[in-house]
Amino acid sequence: MTQPSSQPNRLANNGRIDRSRPLRFQFNGTSYQGYAGDTLASALLANGVDVVNRSFKYARVRGIVAAGAEEPNAILQLGRSEAEQVPNVRATQQALYDGLVATSTSGWPKVDGDVMGVVGKMGGRFMPAGFYYKTFMSPAAMWPKYEKAIRKAAGLGRAPRESDPDIYDHINRHCDVLVIGAGPAGLAAALAAGRSGARVILCDEQEEMGGSLLDTRESIDGQPAAAWVERVLAELAGVADVLLLPRTTANGYHDHNFVTLHERRTEHLADSAPLLNGRRQVRARMHKVRAGQVILATGTHERPLVYANNDVPGNMVAGAISTYIRRYAVVPGKRLVLSTSNDHAYRAALDWHDTGREVVAIVDAREKPDGDLVTEARSRGIRIITGSAVIETRGAKRVTGALVASIDIAGFKVSGRVEELACDTVGSSGGYSPVVHLAAHTGARPEWRDDILGFVPGKVKGQVVAGGVNGKMSLAEALADGLEAASNALMANGLEAQGGTLPKVRTVREGKAAALFDVPHLKPTMRAPKQFVDLQNDVTTAGIALATREGFESIEHVKRYTALGFGTDQGKLGNINGMAVAARCLGQTIPETGTTVFRPNYTPITFGAIAGRHCRELFDPRRYTALHAWHVKHGAKFEEVGQWMRPWYFPKGNESMHEAVQRECRAVRESVGVLDASTLGKIEIQGKDAREFLGRLYSNPWAKLDVGKCRYGLMCKDDGMVMDDGVTACLGENHFHMTTTTGGAAGVLEWLELWHQTEWPELEVYFNSTTDHWVAMAINGPNARKLLAELTDMDLSNENFKFMDWREGTVAGVPARVFRISFTGELSYEINVQANYAMHVWEALFEKGEKYGLTPYGTETMHVLRAEKGFIIVGQDTDGSVTPEDLGMQWCVGYKKPFSWIGRRALTRPDTKREDRKQMVGLKPLDSRLVLEEGAQIVLEKELKLPMPMAGHVTSSYFSPVLGHGFALALLKGGNQRMGQTVYLPMADGKVHAAEVVSPVFYDPKGDRQNV
Amino acid sequence: MQHYSGFELVKHGLSHHENWQRVWRNPEPRSQYDIIIVGGGGHGLATAYYLAKEHGITNVAVVEKGWLGGGNTARNTTIVRSNYLWDEAAWLYEHAMKLWEGLSQDLNYNVMFSQRGVMNLGHTLQDMRDINRRVNANRLNGIDGEVLDVKQIQEIVPLMDCSRNTRYPVLGASWQPRAGVARHDAVAWGFARAADALGVHLLQRTEVTGIRTSGGKVLGVETSRGFIGAKTVGVVTAGNSGVLAKMAGIRLPIESHPLQALVSEPMKPVLDTVVMSNHVHGYISQSDKGDLVIGAGIDGYNGYGQRGSYPTIEHTLQAIVELFPAFSRVRMNRQWGGIVDTTPDACPIISATPVGGLFFNCGWGTGGFKATPGSGNVFAATLANGKAHPLAAPFSIDRFISGKLIDEHGAAGVAH
Amino acid sequence: MLHIYCPHCEEYREEEEFRPKGEAHIARPQNPEETSDEEWGDYLFFRKNPRGAHHEQWYHAAGCRKFFNVTRDTVSYEILETYKVGELPTIDDTSRRAAK
Repeated sequence: MTQPSSQPNRLANNGRIDRSRPLRFQFNGTSYQGYAGDTLASALLANGVDVVNRSFKYARVRGIVAAGAEEPNAILQLGRSEAEQVPNVRATQQALYDGLVATSTSGWPKVDGDVMGVVGKMGGRFMPAGFYYKTFMSPAAMWPKYEKAIRKAAGLGRAPRESDPDIYDHINRHCDVLVIGAGPAGLAAALAAGRSGARVILCDEQEEMGGSLLDTRESIDGQPAAAWVERVLAELAGVADVLLLPRTTANGYHDHNFVTLHERRTEHLADSAPLLNGRRQVRARMHKVRAGQVILATGTHERPLVYANNDVPGNMVAGAISTYIRRYAVVPGKRLVLSTSNDHAYRAALDWHDTGREVVAIVDAREKPDGDLVTEARSRGIRIITGSAVIETRGAKRVTGALVASIDIAGFKVSGRVEELACDTVGSSGGYSPVVHLAAHTGARPEWRDDILGFVPGKVKGQVVAGGVNGKMSLAEALADGLEAASNALMANGLEAQGGTLPKVRTVREGKAAALFDVPHLKPTMRAPKQFVDLQNDVTTAGIALATREGFESIEHVKRYTALGFGTDQGKLGNINGMAVAARCLGQTIPETGTTVFRPNYTPITFGAIAGRHCRELFDPRRYTALHAWHVKHGAKFEEVGQWMRPWYFPKGNESMHEAVQRECRAVRESVGVLDASTLGKIEIQGKDAREFLGRLYSNPWAKLDVGKCRYGLMCKDDGMVMDDGVTACLGENHFHMTTTTGGAAGVLEWLELWHQTEWPELEVYFNSTTDHWVAMAINGPNARKLLAELTDMDLSNENFKFMDWREGTVAGVPARVFRISFTGELSYEINVQANYAMHVWEALFEKGEKYGLTPYGTETMHVLRAEKGFIIVGQDTDGSVTPEDLGMQWCVGYKKPFSWIGRRALTRPDTKREDRKQMVGLKPLDSRLVLEEGAQIVLEKELKLPMPMAGHVTSSYFSPVLGHGFALALLKGGNQRMGQTVYLPMADGKVHAAEVVSPVFYDPKGDRQNV
Repeated sequence: MQHYSGFELVKHGLSHHENWQRVWRNPEPRSQYDIIIVGGGGHGLATAYYLAKEHGITNVAVVEKGWLGGGNTARNTTIVRSNYLWDEAAWLYEHAMKLWEGLSQDLNYNVMFSQRGVMNLGHTLQDMRDINRRVNANRLNGIDGEVLDVKQIQEIVPLMDCSRNTRYPVLGASWQPRAGVARHDAVAWGFARAADALGVHLLQRTEVTGIRTSGGKVLGVETSRGFIGAKTVGVVTAGNSGVLAKMAGIRLPIESHPLQALVSEPMKPVLDTVVMSNHVHGYISQSDKGDLVIGAGIDGYNGYGQRGSYPTIEHTLQAIVELFPAFSRVRMNRQWGGIVDTTPDACPIISATPVGGLFFNCGWGTGGFKATPGSGNVFAATLANGKAHPLAAPFSIDRFISGKLIDEHGAAGVAH
Repeated sequence: MLHIYCPHCEEYREEEEFRPKGEAHIARPQNPEETSDEEWGDYLFFRKNPRGAHHEQWYHAAGCRKFFNVTRDTVSYEILETYKVGELPTIDDTSRRAAK
């Protein structure tokens, strides 16, 4: 490791850093020192690090150009361990912490000695905008190889390869006023709103609140501006209904004033969240805010000027220079040339001058600049070159000089002699763009204002705009605008502004800015050295000129063809300049060329913070029956059905799944087995019109179902397709208990409510879900009655408790409803008890059932047994394109019911009447040992020739121990007409299976066994 | 048309790229065309190209209210696949797939079609039944596909959590090796350039404000640049189809919904295929620039706003982090929304209408991008011959009357 | 994310509590068996899908479990009114133009 350097660019005094707390950090293997209060960027600059990355396309060396969210170059990789890797960290927004390890995200083998850089230099000329659309096409077979090479160069940082150790959480919030941005306007607004009793949230993306006040030369109420910031924050902190959220970025502004605020809680402390009282802290928190009013006080981003070789390290945005000097006590160079179109940027030269380092010249594009700051610069003897601009910088890894020339802005040409000034830093300013991003998220189009040479936010309901983002650029204006915004926002909430007084600020007179975006060069745009508009994506003025020359005239085309604005900075520095270049090339104004659209996020946010804690077990709640613990204890394997965990099968010892299922099946057919059927949906239906309602919803008749009886029902949608099924019992004349499929329970309840509330509100009927209230235990098999008899006082005789009856009584001493219904074709009782009694009853069953070999069985055995009987599973044997008639369930269709029930009309449409629809059949493989694949496609020809017509598919397939062969249910085109025919099933391994078409009822076709 | 190649690139490099020609003209509209295509997205431009190339009809205008390729062509997740369940859909998408395979050469424009394979994950036993059913059907239709087990999945996507620890563990997947992704904007530009070269008029910033008919037949379209006549008009306006249908006085079985997508910051390549999961609602691939491109589900409400609701994005990223726990520290750069025209059976409508000479090609829902060349190709034939191309015939609007739907909703064939 | 006023709960609640249920005021034909296939198909599948004011049905799934209607602009997503099932909307695109 290289020895740490001192901090050659650090000033001895001033700044907001804490010199008593030195911090060690590493960058590209070299160890450095910075101070608490530094960002990674300011610490790198303090240590004289010029090159931080290589550019994406041309692999040119790049340094830090800005001091905030707009930084395009200093995108670094953080993290010491594999799991703690953080890709693509913007060094200007990353607080320095002790032990921080950062590396460049590009450059091979190292960032300042990159091999690709040579390629970029040589090949750059042949890689204009959109070059890949024009080549790599022949021979066609070579494209995958070309692409592989292109992909090698892809990406900035790298994703960790291990799971994130950190946790993230979400919090919902409501407020009257959400103030975004704690600069002068935002602070003034929050103070006025807070004093007026409103519920206020004030958020700011930076480590400290204060915005431009943290590095301004101006004073407030006769004191340094930062002192006013401290006073305001102290007062706000004391107001109960005000929430201050520093390090919190409003990253998305959504409909109806819903704003997501991403709070970085520990990213300023370590690679991953430190422990607090032995517990890991939350790394980031997403505040999901529903705001009455949103005050957007997001300020402006300074635009750099665009000139040749403006990407050499040492070229910076003017305002960033002031920020580094005044806030971080870092002078990022020795000799400054400032190129500007406006007065405001003069601050950079004055701040630089204050440090005692040399200001070589201020190059002002205007002929006669005359504001207060200009006067001050003149009075200090700084050389001011007017009517001119920096047209090119010199230098390889750091600026060594600037070419300055007088320019004709209107004629877009260099109009005079070129002078080279020796310097190591070029600051530039082309004006200030309001940060309209958040307003644009809502779909509001920004509007161009000629007076400020920028776009301001479009109108959004519930949004008030204040300060720089509203075009109020001076400190005095911004403070006043913040106060007014608060008053408007309060009024909209029905509150009155109280205690708002404007602090005193000396007015700084600024002259009019020149409309200068890209600077003319001696050579035409296509031939000049590269002039970068979007540094991260290597978009140049020549690229934009080429796009417009080729007919990409819409700004959206220009952006997409050149990749302008598609970087992780979303074009915060480059978009307006790019539009200006396009406008110039097309001979249009900027507003004619289009507007600038931004999407969430304002700055990138980790997936983890957006996902919150909703992964793993909290991804989707997992539902367990009241008997789950017993199933686990008895070795059940589970199947996911909807949200439920259902026992799939109960292997004993080393049994395979097949062996276990065969054993469970035999137990039910020969003696008795029990299924936990609790997951079936259950809905209580009451009301005098309940019966009529059921008749409209189900395909079969319900008018004559007596109390004490059950009936199977099919439910269709109004397109005639089966959507659910289940047994419904008549509990009383106006009272029914409906069961639904496990996965369909919630949907069916909603379906009932829909029809009742919107179509037939005149029917008196009420629905309530009771799925979780009841546990259902289905005992099945010839010994079911004997077993139940030992536990109940009910009369179980076949005369008094028939198949499809239900009775109320006690089982194992607890109140129970027992339904004599069967999904296996065996003698069967489904015992329903209150969920909290269930374990007692279940265990009592096993106690008494031991002598019968009572066997617990899971869903797989249930499937085999029901399929032997030809009973369908909705969703497995149907797929939304199957009618009751397709299933051969005409017995379940009330053709004569007076009311045209849901689904009936659709059954008479031409397509639902077709004879050759796919119909439910049974398949018996000719090879009796064979179990067909579920999902196998059926063809009618034995000879395989692709493509070939398909006639249907296997929906359910099992091996039946009672039948001694494999069998399947299938949907087959014209299946009813194909009984006895042989069909074929060509498999992926090349084998073609043959099966006979048979009835779907394989076992006990007369249904004798369930009636005993 | 100026030919594109590596050699040309070098040649133009030596002359500072000052001699590249326009890729398309900006013509003044004629008063009458043989055929007008309304909508200058990928499908409309492809239709115009194939009309000129395969049917010799070059007196064609594409009328576009904004910029070419500015709708869903510019706002999708670029997935191309043809592993659909039902024959009619599979045939149509496979027709598109075959055109994709030679498209860059055909157009002399690199659309960067990258056959990196698409994987559809199964998380439940029913998912796996559906996957088997679909892959078997694909195979018998002559479409490539296989069923992967967890070990095979893990080899192709090492970063995915294939353990039993996830809420819905991965049980298997379908795999179509010929499927992949393409550079979405380039598809529109390539078709536009090639159509223009064959004489088609591309009329940008020309908004259709009405459809003029007489005696039940179409006469042309009213536009922001005046009336433009044609006896055949094909409407290919995706999410805005309902608006155009209203102009012609017809109703469609279509609702326009927001469909959202997002990209991460560019990362070094870690994912070389497309992974989709219907069950946990997320799909993901990595672009040649390094962005993870992620698609979300459709928002449930109607919307033309090109944006959807935050919980949809939230849920999608939960699914992605669930599948790829290592991506938790990756950042989402940008999200956006398209307007998808959804039909009740998740299949398109390529159809004549009650108005003579007026045809609609719409309802592609989430499947539009992957169909682009196929859709244009069969719609061109339909417009040229005045009757449906055989592959388009099953997609007539009449199916919503007869009930002969092609229900891709039914068996997991849906989604993107 | 939409902020929806439930006319039954008489409160604004977050969109996550609700489920959109498509176009409102689609009455099931009184005598389905007497409708033509065209009429039945129209009832089942054909929708207005307007760009502008849309009368649509929502379900307060994680709330009062009531269905109700919303008039919402499908471009701006602004909710113009909510009203109970059985009531009629007071706002449509014609009335909005007149109000301007």
